[in-house]
Amino acid sequence: MAKNDLLGASLWDAYSNKVTTLMNNPKHQGEITEEEAASHGNRLIVADFGAESCGDAVRLYWEVDPKTDVIVNSKFKSFGCGTAIASSDVMTELCIGKTVQEAVKITNIDVEFALRDNPETPAVPPQKMHCSVMAYDVIKKAAGLYLGVDSESFEEEIIVCECARVSLKTLQDVIRLNDLTTIEQITDYTKAGGFCKSCIKPGGHEEREYYLVDILRDTRREMDEEKMKAAADAGTKGNFESMTLVQQIKAIDAEIDESIRQFLIMDGGDMEVIDVKPSDEYIDVYIRYLGACNGCASSATGTLYAIESTLKEKLSKKIRVLPI
Amino acid sequence: MQVYLDNNATTMVDPLVAQAMGPFFSEIYGNPNSLHKFGTASHPALKKAMDQVYKALNASDNDDIIFTSCATESNNWVLKSVYLDHIVNGDKNHIITTEIEHPSVYAACKALEEQGVKVTYLPVNHEGVVEAHVVKSFITDKTALVSVMWASNETGVINPIKEIGEICKEKGVLFHTDGVQAVGKIPVDLQDVHVDFLSMSAHKFHGPKGVGALYIKDSQPLSPLLNGGEHMGGRRSGTLNVPYIVAMGKAIELATTDIEEKIASIRAKRDRLEDALLELSDTFVVGDRENRTPNTILISIRGVEGEGMLWDLNNAQVGASTGSACASEDLQANTVMLAIGADNELAHTGIRLSLSRFTTDEEIDYTIEHFKKAVFRLRAISSSFAKVGPTPGGESKECELHFH
Repeated sequence: MAKNDLLGASLWDAYSNKVTTLMNNPKHQGEITEEEAASHGNRLIVADFGAESCGDAVRLYWEVDPKTDVIVNSKFKSFGCGTAIASSDVMTELCIGKTVQEAVKITNIDVEFALRDNPETPAVPPQKMHCSVMAYDVIKKAAGLYLGVDSESFEEEIIVCECARVSLKTLQDVIRLNDLTTIEQITDYTKAGGFCKSCIKPGGHEEREYYLVDILRDTRREMDEEKMKAAADAGTKGNFESMTLVQQIKAIDAEIDESIRQFLIMDGGDMEVIDVKPSDEYIDVYIRYLGACNGCASSATGTLYAIESTLKEKLSKKIRVLPI
Repeated sequence: MQVYLDNNATTMVDPLVAQAMGPFFSEIYGNPNSLHKFGTASHPALKKAMDQVYKALNASDNDDIIFTSCATESNNWVLKSVYLDHIVNGDKNHIITTEIEHPSVYAACKALEEQGVKVTYLPVNHEGVVEAHVVKSFITDKTALVSVMWASNETGVINPIKEIGEICKEKGVLFHTDGVQAVGKIPVDLQDVHVDFLSMSAHKFHGPKGVGALYIKDSQPLSPLLNGGEHMGGRRSGTLNVPYIVAMGKAIELATTDIEEKIASIRAKRDRLEDALLELSDTFVVGDRENRTPNTILISIRGVEGEGMLWDLNNAQVGASTGSACASEDLQANTVMLAIGADNELAHTGIRLSLSRFTTDEEIDYTIEHFKKAVFRLRAISSSFAKVGPTPGGESKECELHFH
């Protein structure tokens, strides 16, 4: 929130001139009949796509030359707001002259871009991006009907943010590679969540299968688990300094059990590790003597030297043992 | 011609109101709390404004009417103070409100839910009315407050405030009504109904934006929302907004004087407009005509999405409103339409037309002409409307109004 966000502006002020023009005078509005298509030797495809939860529905008509798969004519009907009508109109125009296989590659990004007055300025405000998404979906539906396949088969990846067409895999990769920790960072890097915002978390204007908050949480958790596993693996390989604190304490205890404790017990004594505190120069191991070792004259000299040199040799040269 | 038919959102300031408030900007500008003559000079005008508001509502001298910045403040004040006074420190934990309340009530209740308050959101019947017996059935000994709007901002439908007030009185439960769409539009007599709190806003009855009031029956205790001064008897801090309070007094007086004649005049224009629009096929208006504020029409036009309709009306210089879909940032369907049981598609087609006493017959004629043109154009584009006509390979289906 900042100065420019404090006074709301009219949604319509954020529409491009192209959106306004096409809303007032759509060029491809209308229907194509079976008779009309048949008279040209072509095949008629009629596809409906609607999202009543956000008040938009569109019907797309394609007249396709069956010999070449080229869409020779296309029209639409649309129940929706200004951006839905304008998006449908430009989507229809983009289809004409393309083969069905080419048309199915038209995305909502292409539709929105075609509605811009200049390449740098978005054609619609963020919450209106969903209208162009519907254009993409109805093309897939029409192509599916023509080719006799499930329209979902055109989607190779799981799309999380339909407005910006960002896939699940891209999001996971970007979070990992850049060590992202917030939704704002994800939006900065990928534009996901920057438009209608429905994909950020539940409660937006439409339900989504995947939400950015969950993807971020799960990916971060996986990253943490991998980090811990790497640290554990490093521990088993003897890389003491890259271990976590708990791993270091366990490694010291294990080393004491294996190489030191038996000699102390022979003399009626023992020891315990109180704490481990790493710093730049040393890794300080605080110990307490037990039994006969407690108060023994050599506990500050020979015994201490033996313990410290054993740990230094076996674990890390940085270890310094401090009896308390 | 330009036609303004969004008077439930806000109204133009009556020129007589503007005239009344004028001197208090640059001539009589002292702080009314000051002891010197510059301050005390505003006292007679403030007293007059107070008298005008008390008289317009037929409030008792034992009641408090506190000027606020708007009805949103008044609504929040009641809900949050009842929470502080009767829920946090008492043995109650329940508030009853409705699904059709203005966001200043609805969202405040949602915020209180996060503090642990149990809130019941009552439904409306198919006419859009909150029924008194439904209110009664949800009151328990844990209920601290019932909050039901007097008239709906979306539909204009008037709720049975007298019956609900009597039920609350009998059950010993506080009763608040958001009277924003009632005050100045229909008779509001606070001696005739039992309400503990009533919110209102001046810009809904040709006063300026930025001033409202809260009626508090019999000086009922209510924690102040704003602390830090002794203004308005310590109930609401903040230097008195003298010109706007003066304006509110004048506005409510003008709105309520001869109100029955004003109602008859507005109603006649509204009904003529409504009759003409209902000549269009597949349309319906929400709420019984007699039980609506006389200025309001919420009309649904099958196959015509709300923002598209607003767009065309705006191009024709007609200002209307929709609570549906793409006209708002959350893109949700019209919640009131959903509450009365309209399906999702219909809930995206609602257009609200709200008149004022300044609306002319010529403006009504102009609106009818351009409204119909817009419907014809948008239905020609509409895929939704196409579905009820001949479809490729299908048969013509009769249009029905689909309710849940």
